Amino acid sequence: MALEKILAVTGTAVPVPGDDLDTDRIIPARYMKCVTFDGLGEFMFYDVRFDEKGNKKAHPLNDDRFKGAKVLISGNNFGCGSSREHAPQAIYRFGIRALIAEGFAEIFFGNSTTLGIPCITVSHADRLELTQLVEADPKLEVTVDVEKQEVRAGNKVYQGVIRESARHGLTTGHWDPIADLLDGLGDVEKTAAKLPYMAQA
Amino acid sequence: MGKTLFQKVWDSHAVRTLPNGQTQLLIGTHLIHEVTSPQAFAMLRDLNVKVKFPHRTFATVDHIVPTDQFNEPYADPLADAMIKELRKNCAETGVTFFDRSSGKQGIVHIVGPEQGITQPGTTIACGDSHTSTHGAFGAIAFGIGTTQVRDVLITQTMALGSLKVRRINVNGKLRPGVYAKDVILHIIRTLGVNGGTGFAYEYGGPVFDGFTMEERMTVCNMSIEGGARVGYVNPDQTTFDYLKGRPYCPTGKAWDNAVARWTAVASDKDAVYDDTVNFNAGDIEPTVTWGITPGQAVSINENIPSPDDVPESERATTAEALEHMKFEARTPIKGKKINVAFLGSCTNGRYSDFVEVARVLKGHKVAPGIKAIAVPGSQGVQKLCESQGIDKIFRDAGFEWRDAGCSMCLAMNPDKLVGDQLCASSSNRNFKGRQGSVTGRTLLMSPIMVAAAAVTGEVSDAREVFAA
Repeated sequence: MALEKILAVTGTAVPVPGDDLDTDRIIPARYMKCVTFDGLGEFMFYDVRFDEKGNKKAHPLNDDRFKGAKVLISGNNFGCGSSREHAPQAIYRFGIRALIAEGFAEIFFGNSTTLGIPCITVSHADRLELTQLVEADPKLEVTVDVEKQEVRAGNKVYQGVIRESARHGLTTGHWDPIADLLDGLGDVEKTAAKLPYMAQA
Repeated sequence: MGKTLFQKVWDSHAVRTLPNGQTQLLIGTHLIHEVTSPQAFAMLRDLNVKVKFPHRTFATVDHIVPTDQFNEPYADPLADAMIKELRKNCAETGVTFFDRSSGKQGIVHIVGPEQGITQPGTTIACGDSHTSTHGAFGAIAFGIGTTQVRDVLITQTMALGSLKVRRINVNGKLRPGVYAKDVILHIIRTLGVNGGTGFAYEYGGPVFDGFTMEERMTVCNMSIEGGARVGYVNPDQTTFDYLKGRPYCPTGKAWDNAVARWTAVASDKDAVYDDTVNFNAGDIEPTVTWGITPGQAVSINENIPSPDDVPESERATTAEALEHMKFEARTPIKGKKINVAFLGSCTNGRYSDFVEVARVLKGHKVAPGIKAIAVPGSQGVQKLCESQGIDKIFRDAGFEWRDAGCSMCLAMNPDKLVGDQLCASSSNRNFKGRQGSVTGRTLLMSPIMVAAAAVTGEVSDAREVFAA
């Protein structure tokens, strides 16, 4: 299974301010009663974007100036809460291809990386400055450089962090680990054979 | 140099190092439910591959189950489709399915332990973040996404980076009226909702030594709310006594061998931890969340904070929480009028939770206008309670007694809040919209505190309400 190498993502950005934006907010549970991931994009951050009557609320995600953004910028502990992969699936299907935040929840980080969405962590000050730049000029192209672990916007360069295993996976085209896991199948049986409980039915 | 349980179990399950530096980790026990599995099974069909170890894979249905309708088809066609999809997937792949007709169905994190599937020294994965619950048995147990469910189905392994280990000691003795739920709420409010990111939490000290397995499960369950994907307690005689004789546990000589292995897997006395935190049990009060994250909590006799009372980094979230919860800053949490009381969930839906509440509930009645539901966490818990008339105590008090499922924890079944109802809940998350209404409001607390709120109609100190 040959996957593309993801060395960098470039596009316009949309700021989604706030800390601890949880996966219930990213994709409300009522949209998870599905047997496929199809169509989840339109429900991303649904209750943040729409009121109970379905009217658009004032929010950057509804702001035409940020339409078509490929990069989403947020605060600390982004994606906390449930392990639902429906969250990064909704984000990807909405059109986002990279995430910049002050911190990512662990399970969410792993799920996003597996879908080929780079998650780069930047400092609080840098996140604020980047948000200001984007709000001042929504057409500004923002680059998330996975190899160099930096974010570039205009003539500004921000140093960030992408965990090494994720960086390696994204840049070598192994961000979905299934091919590597299948390569190890021969050793799986050997490891299992040493654990008595693996024989229990 | 000694090892922690985490290191021992990691080492015995590590298949190899992957090109990206992560470990290909054998997942010895794979638990499945209807919400996070359908897409994974579909991926297997697309790839035309089988489930590698069907005998190590166990499924149940819990999130979408209507707790007031047993027979299919369910009123919600989407929910009905999901249970049928899981049933079909299990039948086609040979995975054991604890269906509602089996008498063994329930919330996945209640079923695993009560069936003896959850065992010390194992790795356990499930597409649900509260999989940390099973760590109470001395397992490395954690939540995974659907694509990882696919990985485990196909290879019985997944790619994972190791975790640091933080040892959390709770020393001294809990005061009367202070429960396991209060312990974990206290830990999370102190260490923060992302304090545990990158860590496994090893819980220990005299309080945990003295806890029952169900109390240990309540604490481990909410590890993820503190950012720790894994949370565990070292196995001991309490663990072995709980497991002995359960359906999926070994017997005879195999049992003796298992106990020897399980004893050896506990952290060594000279294990080295990345971090150690000590708590004094005497400092812990009945704790109630007031906001929109599990870390926004206060003791029953404290006031809800103002944004000016919290560190700068928390001010915006505090203001947002006050607005959503419609609470005034610096007012007591005690006395807030509730509309709904929910007793259940993978955090506190076990037999001992219902026994303890029934003990104090006798002779009391749910306050007028309050909707109170009691949802056993599994058919096993349900049957045990009913055989002892515990359901009758709840009904006589004015609670609805339901069938087993996740119920009002998370809005995927008919049990939901309406409008801005305020719910006293024994569950684990109070995020905006979590309980099914965009304006709904959740207060997390122990089962006894839920009962006290149900009976008085407002957030109360259970030690005063049930003083007799």
